[in-house]
Amino acid sequence: MKLEQQLRNKLKEKDILLMTHIVLGYPSLDVNREIIRQMVGNGVDCIEMQIPFSEPMADGPVILKANQDALATGTKVEDCFQFAAEMARTHEIPFLFMTYYNIIFKYGEEAFIKRAAEIGIHGFIIPDLPPEMGKTFLALADKYNLALILIYAPTSTDARMEELDRHANGFIYCVARRGVTGKKSAFDHDFDNYLARCRAATQLPLAVGFGIQSKEDIDALRGKADMAVIGSRTIQLVETEGAEAVGPFIAGLR
Amino acid sequence: MDSNGFFGNWGGAYIPEVLHQTFQELKKEYDRCRKDPAFWQEYLTLMSTYSCRPTPLTYAENLTRHFGGAQIYIKREDLNHTGAHKANNVMGQGLLVKRMGKKRVIAETGAGQHGMATATMAAKFGLDCTIYMGEEDVMRQRPNVFWMEKMGATVVPVTDGSRTLKDAINEAFRDWVTNVDDTHYVFGTACGPAPFPEMVAWFQSIIGIEAAEQIIQYHHKMPKRVYACVGGGSNAMGIFKRFLDEDGIELVGVEAGGHGAESGAHAIRLSSPDASPGVAQGYKTMFLQDDDGQMKLTHSVAAGLDYVGVSPILSDHWENKRVRFESATDTEVMQALDLTMRLEGIIPALESSHAFAGAFREVGQLSKDDAIIINQSGRGDKDIFTIAHAFEDPSWKKFIIDRGREYSNS
Repeated sequence: MKLEQQLRNKLKEKDILLMTHIVLGYPSLDVNREIIRQMVGNGVDCIEMQIPFSEPMADGPVILKANQDALATGTKVEDCFQFAAEMARTHEIPFLFMTYYNIIFKYGEEAFIKRAAEIGIHGFIIPDLPPEMGKTFLALADKYNLALILIYAPTSTDARMEELDRHANGFIYCVARRGVTGKKSAFDHDFDNYLARCRAATQLPLAVGFGIQSKEDIDALRGKADMAVIGSRTIQLVETEGAEAVGPFIAGLR
Repeated sequence: MDSNGFFGNWGGAYIPEVLHQTFQELKKEYDRCRKDPAFWQEYLTLMSTYSCRPTPLTYAENLTRHFGGAQIYIKREDLNHTGAHKANNVMGQGLLVKRMGKKRVIAETGAGQHGMATATMAAKFGLDCTIYMGEEDVMRQRPNVFWMEKMGATVVPVTDGSRTLKDAINEAFRDWVTNVDDTHYVFGTACGPAPFPEMVAWFQSIIGIEAAEQIIQYHHKMPKRVYACVGGGSNAMGIFKRFLDEDGIELVGVEAGGHGAESGAHAIRLSSPDASPGVAQGYKTMFLQDDDGQMKLTHSVAAGLDYVGVSPILSDHWENKRVRFESATDTEVMQALDLTMRLEGIIPALESSHAFAGAFREVGQLSKDDAIIINQSGRGDKDIFTIAHAFEDPSWKKFIIDRGREYSNS
């Protein structure tokens, strides 16, 4: 089933969905497995699995370090595929691959997309692949029925949002503020205006990410967004309190 | 360059969405400047009054006699203000920043020359300035860090990854996506997302324009070959651009061979099988990367060449065979530097010494009636610690120990 439809079905039961992020191989695939088990068991609706890259230009210090550590311990793209296949087999929720374009380019666009489709991945988030640069990728993703998630930023004009919407599929990822991942965002009046512009530009579900760390942040998004994205916060939690702390944290967000 | 920023198969703008609007504005302003002869005139005036342009073309009589081949001419970009060709690009972008009304500039730097040039421009134009520099390079290039800070810039040592130029570039991008409204990223070389490669090459083209006029004046005909070192590729593009359409002139880029092509410790992107096409840091080019697409560590004695990618314009000229690429090892570079100092009294930067090493290898095979130009992209004073260390100079070592002792006792 296509990603958008899956999310819409879930939205019939919940007023806001949760998407979480993990870096594959950080701190290890075994710990990733446990974290995902806890996330799914506590009501996460969608998970983006980041294939680590040596130059993650859009990520902040927490995810940057996780990428570097995952690579330092020898995580390969092949390991990520095998792990992702296992997760997609084991859990009912949609999984996305998040990575940077070079990983896909080097693997071969069609080979990468075809394999992702075969193992049950639903889509991709690639922060350095704007649609202008991703024409062949978009066509191939469409061919294999997968979604390339496009991104709205607070700097996007209305015209740009509409342009992106013409290529978008699955949902739109709204970056809550300028900057990189992992810092607190202010959900103020300007943010509400931005989100209203996002809503006006597309019919697709809206996910909001960057700086979402607590139940208060998620409450602030209820009625305005369809999905909240928790990124760096769970990585920090695993570092400080271990993988077993993820479940109660996720449960406490609802 | 096509409308998507590609030079043949290379280039593009693989940027996060938050930068889209900024790049649109930058492209618009750059196009406006390119089409406005008054802008280039303003640039020429600034460079001639602030940065010693035109830089001389020096006939290297003693080196010519030593090798017994073609006549050797050296384009003296080391005589620019701040000691390198970097000033050309930075002052040009400074004029753009003024037009765009931004208040802050950021930059990344490897050897420190681009950081120093940016700090100079920021001081002159009254802009806030932050420079990102790999921690490794901060250690290698302390004199430049000192000057940057004295000119009011904040120098941020980057401790991620290999702690060299590529990591500094990533960190500068992180700053830019956070402060996009009031900040311009003064990209230091002819790399990165479009329009930077073309824009930087345009500002640097002043080198080749002058060199072509000068060689005709002194030698009465065009050179047989032009040599330049290639890190990111801005000095190479700067001198090559004017000669690209001239038949019969061979253009030679010399990359950093480090400990040798077989060692794995080098920065050879275009003349080695270790590199392959990739997309990182916003553009598509030849990168030193593994089979998974992860960037490899690089090595060069010259911090400014110690970079994992290369200008997409040069990748295009490599592919269409307009430019020939060679490499020189750290050892060959030190020998070329030594010879140039002894015979000509000129101290090229370690980066530029790669071009000298490449030229010295071949110049003896050419006719005495021919001329070659070597682009001396920068001066070697900044490298005194690295050079003295490489020469294992005993009196320098003693000086450092004595000075260290003096500081630790104070």
